[in-house]
Amino acid sequence: MLDTRPDTLPARPGVGFKPQHFDAIMADPGPVAWLEVHAENYMGDGGRPLAQLRALAERFPISVHGVGLSIGGEGPLDADHLARLKHLVGWLNPTSFSEHLAWSTHDTHFLNDLLPLPYTEATLTRVAAHIDQLQETIGRRMLLENPSTYLAFAESDMPETDFLAEIARRTGCGLLLDLNNVFVSATNQQTDPVAYIDAFPMAEVGEIHLGGHDEQQDDHGAPLLIDSHGAEVVDPVWALYAHTLHRAGPRPTLIEWDTDVPDWPVLAAEAGRAAALSTPVDA
Amino acid sequence: MVRQGEFTQALLDPSAAVPPGLTGPDGRPAGKRFAVYRNNVAVSLTKALETGFPVVRKLVGDDFFTAMAGVFLRSHPPRSPRLTLYGETFPAFLEGFGPAQRLVYLPDVARLEMALRESYHAADSDPIAPDALAALPPEALMGARLHLAPALRLIRSRWPVFGIWRANTAAAAPKPAAGPEDVLVVRPGYDPVPLPLPPGGGGFVAALMHGRPLGEAVAAAEEECQDFNLSAVLQILLDHAALVDVTGEDAP
Repeated sequence: MLDTRPDTLPARPGVGFKPQHFDAIMADPGPVAWLEVHAENYMGDGGRPLAQLRALAERFPISVHGVGLSIGGEGPLDADHLARLKHLVGWLNPTSFSEHLAWSTHDTHFLNDLLPLPYTEATLTRVAAHIDQLQETIGRRMLLENPSTYLAFAESDMPETDFLAEIARRTGCGLLLDLNNVFVSATNQQTDPVAYIDAFPMAEVGEIHLGGHDEQQDDHGAPLLIDSHGAEVVDPVWALYAHTLHRAGPRPTLIEWDTDVPDWPVLAAEAGRAAALSTPVDA
Repeated sequence: MVRQGEFTQALLDPSAAVPPGLTGPDGRPAGKRFAVYRNNVAVSLTKALETGFPVVRKLVGDDFFTAMAGVFLRSHPPRSPRLTLYGETFPAFLEGFGPAQRLVYLPDVARLEMALRESYHAADSDPIAPDALAALPPEALMGARLHLAPALRLIRSRWPVFGIWRANTAAAAPKPAAGPEDVLVVRPGYDPVPLPLPPGGGGFVAALMHGRPLGEAVAAAEEECQDFNLSAVLQILLDHAALVDVTGEDAP
């Protein structure tokens, strides 16, 4: 069968797919034009998860978002996991594949969190080599996502935006700009999120993420935001989105909601808000 | 320079010091900021275990489960990013977990819950026609091999593990009867279902799982139960899409 699917996501809203929304999405996706799934949830041999994914892929462009490869790990990439990613990308042929600038595995321990990296030449070399290996394995360009961070490394000697731009230059990968992560990190690191966006290599951005976060305080009473994906997108992040659109034009934009997942209409309404912002009012 | 091994060790050991070289925006030690990562690891893995072992959790209570999960995840972190199967070693861990020793059946309940999860993600298969066995010539039947669905799982327990599972998942379920139970997990569509097997059924299915021909499986069942009712067990398998092929004596 001729595959006529486009090779980029539409510059419209998508949402992170949750199985409890399957029937609602198939009945009426509303403003949602594409779906993102976490790769690691679709690595079984069969059953409902793969059946739902096959059905969704017949109607929607799919973005496969890996959350467990540990691209920033000091050790080699997990060969078994690479093989599973290759298999998934092979049979599904998704429109996009993305992963994180983070590490999550040490030796054989998978820690199930996106852990931070120092921004140094040594980290650049290692991350670039892992991305080369991944892109060769799955036979396509990937998007690399900027992280939420809660602390800094004294050894870091370059800004995150320079680090990401250099990774994209060395590997040819694209970037996934998570604006909630920008806001969370900028608040936590006491830097300016708008300056971050203005420094971001926007030409490489193939996808934008929006999501919710929690608020805490650090030991000294400074705000400490936690990337929870468990709430609505806050107004300052919508403002960053509007600023980004002004700079970059419409981009495929995902609403992420992974914990305390709401009923479908709430999620669809968030996607609708993103759609409204990316439609020029003077058009 | 902060190495990831040092970072990992401090993540998994709440009493360990935060690695030096990690700071807040003002250059002060990371403190609570590091605790965010520590908390993310413990909470997300505890959540995975809660999702995977709801009946174990109900049996021990929420607070006990959280504490027990904390001990388990630090001594048995996942060995793969595929968290859908995290907890394979939880039943064996429970065998040796002192504070839960009074609940002697707990490891087998965990085995049943793990089997349900494995079944959920197992390969799809098409069942044989309901009359496929009847179509075999009688003299060929005992030499035939019955091939089981990939989503089939068998739990053989000294305890009434099905009764315990049902009493904790279904409203108004009867109290579990005493005595051992063999439980078959079947998946006729996409939802795994545990079924108690009649006496001898566990030995029978175990033999089929080992690829033994029907006659040998019947003999294994009769060793466990002289009155083994073959047709009753075959009916259970046929009714739940558990048989995917029948091959003759000479076929592998």
